[in-house]
Amino acid sequence: MVKLDWPKHGEAALLGKRHSRIDGVAKASGAAKYAYDIVEENMVLARALGCPHAHCRIKSIDVSPALKVPGVVAAEALKKPGDEIQWQGDLVAVVAGETEGAVAEGLAAIKVQYEILDVFVKDDDLEAAQKAGRTRRAGQSTKLERDIPEDVEDEEEWEEKELQRLFDQCDVVVEGEYGIPVITHMCLEPHGSTCVWEGDKLIAHLSTQNVSGTPGQFAGPLGIPVTDVTVHCDFIGGGFGSKFAADVWGVAAARLAKKLGRPVQLMLDRDLELKNAGTRPSGFIKVKVGADRNGVVKVWDSHHWGTYGIGGGVVSQGVIPYVFDPPNRRRRATGIRVNAAPGRAWRAPNHPQGAVLSQCAYDDIARALGIDSMEVFIRNLPTVSNGKADVYREQIEIAAKLMDWKAKWHPHGKGPREGSVVTGLGMALHTWGGAAHNSTAELKIHPDGAVEIFLGSQDLGTGTRTVIALVVAETLGLYPDQVRVNIGWSTYPRSGPSGGSTTVGGVSESSRRAATAALNQLLQKVAPKLGVPAERLVARDGRIVDAQNPETSISWKQACSLLGMEPIVAKGEYRRGRTKTNLSSSQVAGVQMAEVAVDLETGVVKMKKFVAVQDMGLIINRKTAESQVLGGVIMGIAYALFEERILDPQTGAFLNAELSDYSLPRLGDVGEIVVHLYEPPEEYERGVVGLGEPPVISPGAAISNAVCNATGVRVPRLPLTPKRVLDALARAQKG
Amino acid sequence: MKNFEYAAPRTEQDALALLSPRRDEVALLAGGTDLIPLMKKMILTPRRVVNLKNISTMRGVQRLSDFIVLGAVTPLDELADSPHLEPFPAVRQVIANLGSMQMQCQMTLGGELCRRPQCWYFRNGYGLLAQNGRLVEQGDNRYHAILGNEGPAKFVSASRLAPPLIALGAQVRVLGPEPDQQRWLPLEQLYRIPRSEEQRELTLLPNQMITHVRLPVESARWANASYEIKHGAGPQAPLATASVAVRMDSAGMVQQVRVVMGHVAPVPWPSPEAEQALRGQVITPEVAEQAGAAAVAAATPLSENQYKVQLAKTAVKRALLLAAGLETGGL
Ligand SMILES: Cc1cc2nc3c(=O)[nH]c(=O)nc-3n(C[C@H](O)[C@H](O)[C@H](O)COP(=O)(O)OP(=O)(O)OC[C@H]3O[C@@H](n4cnc5c(N)ncnc54)[C@H](O)[C@@H]3O)c2cc1C
Repeated sequence: MVKLDWPKHGEAALLGKRHSRIDGVAKASGAAKYAYDIVEENMVLARALGCPHAHCRIKSIDVSPALKVPGVVAAEALKKPGDEIQWQGDLVAVVAGETEGAVAEGLAAIKVQYEILDVFVKDDDLEAAQKAGRTRRAGQSTKLERDIPEDVEDEEEWEEKELQRLFDQCDVVVEGEYGIPVITHMCLEPHGSTCVWEGDKLIAHLSTQNVSGTPGQFAGPLGIPVTDVTVHCDFIGGGFGSKFAADVWGVAAARLAKKLGRPVQLMLDRDLELKNAGTRPSGFIKVKVGADRNGVVKVWDSHHWGTYGIGGGVVSQGVIPYVFDPPNRRRRATGIRVNAAPGRAWRAPNHPQGAVLSQCAYDDIARALGIDSMEVFIRNLPTVSNGKADVYREQIEIAAKLMDWKAKWHPHGKGPREGSVVTGLGMALHTWGGAAHNSTAELKIHPDGAVEIFLGSQDLGTGTRTVIALVVAETLGLYPDQVRVNIGWSTYPRSGPSGGSTTVGGVSESSRRAATAALNQLLQKVAPKLGVPAERLVARDGRIVDAQNPETSISWKQACSLLGMEPIVAKGEYRRGRTKTNLSSSQVAGVQMAEVAVDLETGVVKMKKFVAVQDMGLIINRKTAESQVLGGVIMGIAYALFEERILDPQTGAFLNAELSDYSLPRLGDVGEIVVHLYEPPEEYERGVVGLGEPPVISPGAAISNAVCNATGVRVPRLPLTPKRVLDALARAQKG
Repeated sequence: MKNFEYAAPRTEQDALALLSPRRDEVALLAGGTDLIPLMKKMILTPRRVVNLKNISTMRGVQRLSDFIVLGAVTPLDELADSPHLEPFPAVRQVIANLGSMQMQCQMTLGGELCRRPQCWYFRNGYGLLAQNGRLVEQGDNRYHAILGNEGPAKFVSASRLAPPLIALGAQVRVLGPEPDQQRWLPLEQLYRIPRSEEQRELTLLPNQMITHVRLPVESARWANASYEIKHGAGPQAPLATASVAVRMDSAGMVQQVRVVMGHVAPVPWPSPEAEQALRGQVITPEVAEQAGAAAVAAATPLSENQYKVQLAKTAVKRALLLAAGLETGGL
């Protein structure tokens, strides 16, 4: 019997080494088929019509003119008279046709009359939102070291006074305003699907992060049993938290396909994609922080606001202040309803905002005291809320060495100036759960030695397919290319949606369990043949070997031939919270440092160097782990310096909803990125922990702090564009 | 995109015959990188599209006795590689700044000079003037004009090659409307600030086209440079640019000078004020700084684009320093 546990530290054949993706060539050569690439015979194209107004009511809608356009085969309204529309681009109708041109003309022919209603989009302006009646209190919580005396009648008033008393005792008090705007997910492949009916059964080739979870989302609205829906996704061109649902456009495609008796492909256009299919909520904060002369924060008082779109809501209170939890704090939150589509989960929901809104304030303590920012972060480590102070301490030390922090450091705004260019350093730290999700895998060992595994999971581009192959190959003593990995179909055993860094843990759990169970069955067959008890047998290097007497062994193929006609079929199942495990765990730390150059004459910020130190428990594939961190950092640089949704204050129009107007960095903008995977033996012992979210959390705060260190001036809001930098410098000059 | 009739004539005269006096009825297609996106968004819905790229007389670079002549459908990578353009770093720097090689191969000289404004109100279907300027004035105008913006037009002229070419004294050959009508126009006269939605940012009639651009051979002796202030290496328009061409005497004293700013006004914006500040001076960092300040002295920024004044000033200063062979500083 081989044990379920991972091989001992240092003894793994494959785990923790660098492996190229098993689907790398397919992706690089274009052979990999994304939902957008699936072209069925006799397929028609469908596109949606977006509402041009940000807030209105439909007076009338007539799709019949579209049907008169040559080439149009179907047109359906998605809204009816009386419906209220709350954001520009909300889908009003869909048209299907033989060519893209016919569909476009069909959409243009649709007649809709709107009654225009008032628009509000200023999510950064709390006062204006209050005046417009667009705010909703999203809670308040206070934590104080002193208990409220029993005789106090007005608790809030007492707290107010107590906070004041605490601030009065501080050596330094900093008041700041910080902000991080709404950004979009900007998936390279927009949302959408190709829907095909075979009789009463639907196959939806859907661009999704949630293969196992989406069939019901089609079945419900279509009024068919979930057993009649199959969802398929082999490759996805970006999701980042925005692709968990079938969505109205997915269901619309299925409906059109049914009606026409032909396959239908409906992908969103770029502008409708950005207007409908996912944004990260904004966060703005007014904060007062008090610290002692060493920079140790004693008291925090903040009010933050922002928007999730029309649904209201705001960045969770739980991330304010972020990671650090000073002994006294009060935090309040207000959600603002604006005329924009509801936000969706965006890689590490809440955390990037939390980091910016909190850790810029911590850095401003360092600035006010004239001490090294890194020192302030270190001195506050005893207050971190996730019990990882020691890990942070070590990670800071490693990052500082890689950045050469000590040699490069200068107090805020006091560095050397070369022409108009100044440089600066900034840091931030983060935390994330990343526990494994529920996952089931079925593994088959065939009599000819072939191995295949089935999971209703998906590869978001993170390398999930390769992870599964590695886990199975490690367990069975094979090479990854000897394992056929089957994922991407909802007909396979159910596995969780890929979100929140839960996939690598989930699929490792189920794959390891399935492979171990299958191997143990095989060993039972091999034992009599070799005359060695099964307990002594192990699988390695393509053989089944007697661990005590390695001379006694049999090749994998020979071993499998003992199965006769029957393949081994074994299941591996993991249920979060119910399955006892030491294969995976949760909670990571992570420290990042940024070095920037700022041109004081143009406000241009350039990344010089970025260091990311990250723990993730046991590393399965070093190459893709590093790649995750690199991708996270680049995505972080994007929102720190470039990205922002821009809504017109009067019409609510999404002004930059095209790739030509939505700023993103290019490779030339990201500078040198150094990734260090933090992995002392204790990390390996923890088992697998998810990695997708953590590296994207800190860049906003770290880069903002670096720009502040370079210029001596806080640019309060991301992204740090030339405009924002120059405006902040001009304000500082005026005093 | 709306269906359209497509024509691919082989001669200038055939192309001309396909045009219409009615605006927007016919569209000229060169590289198509500006026209096609606008057609896809149905901002433009021409009945006919006339592809100019098969007209061989309109392609290539030729040196005549007094002029270097550039065909309007010449792709920008060909311009950048032409030995005749070596004396014009002001032009080559801008092409190099465009970054993506695919784009340099696809975009044409004529298309680049005639590209429509990137103003996001225009591109979102609110019209060239966006409700007579009101939407821009009260809306998000961070990328809009800081000069020449008193009227309803607040957008910035999109061409990046116009400022250096104007600084170098370029002329364009305008053909039409009649088959025998052609004239050479100073390039700056191609652009205008529209006063109404019916007017356009170009002085071309709907049934005229540009066939060539020419640079006086003489300008090859002028020191010249462009400086574009960009936010990142992506395809977004620069925030402000400046191009300069200077004739200096042997002591480095400025004899003649042309300073033209880009992306600051609805037209490429020559600055007589900066030129005035430079004449008779030797270009030093201080003199360049003063010229930059003079160039923006009359700026009238909108609610969100005060910062562009500083950028335009810096662009002028740095273009001058580049032309004079001095360090520009900066990133
Ligand atoms: C994917 C993509 C990336 C881009 N990246 C960049 C970038 O990095 N930097 C940047 O600055 N720009 C970029 N652009 C914009 C691009 O530079 C412009 O679209 C380009 O300059 C237009 O040139 P063209 O030859 O393609 O013009 P076309 O689109 O063919 O024409 C543009 C306009 O000029 C008119 N026209 C063309 N030729 C003539 C003529 N001879 N006489 C009269 N009128 C004429 C056309 O009718 C049309 O109105 C990008 C565009 C795309 C689609």
